[in-house]
Amino acid sequence: MSLTAADVEKVALLSRLMLSPEELQSLTSEMASIVEYVDQLAEVDTSDVEPMAHAVEMHNVTKDDAVAQSLSREQALATAPKHNNEGYLVPAVLGD
Amino acid sequence: MSLTSLSAVEQSRKLQAGEVSAVDLARAYLDRIDEHNPGVGAFLRYDAERALTAARHIDERRKAGEPLGPLAGVPVAVKDILAEQGERTTCASRMLEEFRAPYDSTVIARLKAADAVLLGRLNMDEFAMGGSTENSALGKTSNPWDLKCSPGGSSGGSAAAVAADFAPLTIGTDTGGSIRQPAAFCGITGMKPTYGRVSRFGLVAFASSLDQVGPMARSAEDLALLYGAIAGHDPQDSTSLNQPIGDLSTISQPLKGLRIGYAKEHFAAGLDGEVDEAVRTALKVYEALGATLVEVSLPHSKYAVATYYVIAPCEASSNLARYDGVHYGYRSDVAKITAELSAQRAALEEAGERRAAEDLDTPLVRMYRQSRSEAFGPEVKRRIMLGTYALSAGYYDAYYLKALKVRRLIRQDFDKVFEQVDVLAGPTTATPAFELGSLVDDPLAMYLVDLYTVSANLAGVPAMSLPCGFSKSGLPIGLQLQAKPLAEETLLRAAYMYQNETEWHLQRPAL
Repeated sequence: MSLTAADVEKVALLSRLMLSPEELQSLTSEMASIVEYVDQLAEVDTSDVEPMAHAVEMHNVTKDDAVAQSLSREQALATAPKHNNEGYLVPAVLGD
Repeated sequence: MSLTSLSAVEQSRKLQAGEVSAVDLARAYLDRIDEHNPGVGAFLRYDAERALTAARHIDERRKAGEPLGPLAGVPVAVKDILAEQGERTTCASRMLEEFRAPYDSTVIARLKAADAVLLGRLNMDEFAMGGSTENSALGKTSNPWDLKCSPGGSSGGSAAAVAADFAPLTIGTDTGGSIRQPAAFCGITGMKPTYGRVSRFGLVAFASSLDQVGPMARSAEDLALLYGAIAGHDPQDSTSLNQPIGDLSTISQPLKGLRIGYAKEHFAAGLDGEVDEAVRTALKVYEALGATLVEVSLPHSKYAVATYYVIAPCEASSNLARYDGVHYGYRSDVAKITAELSAQRAALEEAGERRAAEDLDTPLVRMYRQSRSEAFGPEVKRRIMLGTYALSAGYYDAYYLKALKVRRLIRQDFDKVFEQVDVLAGPTTATPAFELGSLVDDPLAMYLVDLYTVSANLAGVPAMSLPCGFSKSGLPIGLQLQAKPLAEETLLRAAYMYQNETEWHLQRPAL
């Protein structure tokens, strides 16, 4: 299956990236060759194999349900590019 | 003999005996860093004042007879990917160039509790994605054995720092070989513990099911010292193993009846002749020490790189979604973005293309896209794109789910091998260090460098690299040892046996 520039453009939007025309061109060919390489996985018979998402399969690891210290609002907001001391500020979500 | 040429274990002994002070030791390293870091580039940042203050404090506490931690006064340097409260944690990315972590990662907290003297932060591939440290947006690192060559990656700064005697102990991380490959290229010893052995709390995530923090040092004995200080259960990390870390005081005891496996797939086409010979010679050293050599097979190992380059980018694309220019990190100029969008909309409406005008990004989406595109480097973008593609509608089953199934087959290969042998030995990399710049234009060729290392991450088994020779051009060669899950003690003992017989790990580059 070959990858087109339009496919890559669509993936860029899903990835929340903007690609320059040069990046679009180089990524289309690089991704195509990498995808072609990983396509060899298709030749492995995995019909009776359970997927393995983690090397150590642990389930339902929980912490005690107890009140503990966490970051203060000041500390959390201190790392933000823009805030008003109460919350994060972003460009208008609706309209301009 | 200078202080910086002693092992960390010897330094610790001298500190405890009062033969040397923590201040003298820190100063000896800082002098070397001042002199040689401009050429090697292992450190992104170091703070002499801060290190000396910490060292002075330890000396005072020792003088007062206070109890001290296992690394008291020993200098340690850390890959710039572990959060340290109030300090910059950049991941060698423009995205986090000014980010100051609001809390300590567990590894940093344990190093502080062990009374290590933290020297500074080491260079790496951006977000740990790469095998040459050339993807760093913030600095260039060279291999101390040949400044034209790559130190490997992504923990290239951590490996180069040990090789150049900038620190006796460093911390690296390994998602597909990022401790072992640079350890091999720089002629040092490094270990990726079993997945879950060292806490990932406060480690900036790349591929969460594969990431593992580990120690890097000159010898297995020094590795054990650092590993003992950072490993162990952490309730803050739900994937942390609640298992005892084993008795590290026994590492100098040889393993009796040691069975060493070598996989025929590790000695196939593509393996450099000098590496092949050095690794086979290392196997003979073990044989001479009484070990039995057993040929084994890892039939699915040829699919490891393909499996890895589906799973790791998928997890990365998800993990790196957090860099949105809102909560932390880089944000591009919003006024400029809004003006550009308005101009684009006006132009499209003018041309009667109403549909296209409606399809334009909202200001918020454009802010995400523009910020991420300006602040991420090419390799990070490539992996986000690959992962997003492999997880997108229509491709999930063919790529991600398929890779997870092959991952299980790879793990089962290891399970079978470790029924027959205690340790699996082979080359860490197919070739010695390559020249800087030689693979940057060929991402797939760069990915294939990970051929022998990625399987350990997919399977979650512990693995290490130790020096076993040099090429004719004077570059180090690495021997990889792997063992079953939780068997770090076996690995360290096996490595100690070898290093007790050989002197490869004691060789130092001329800077």
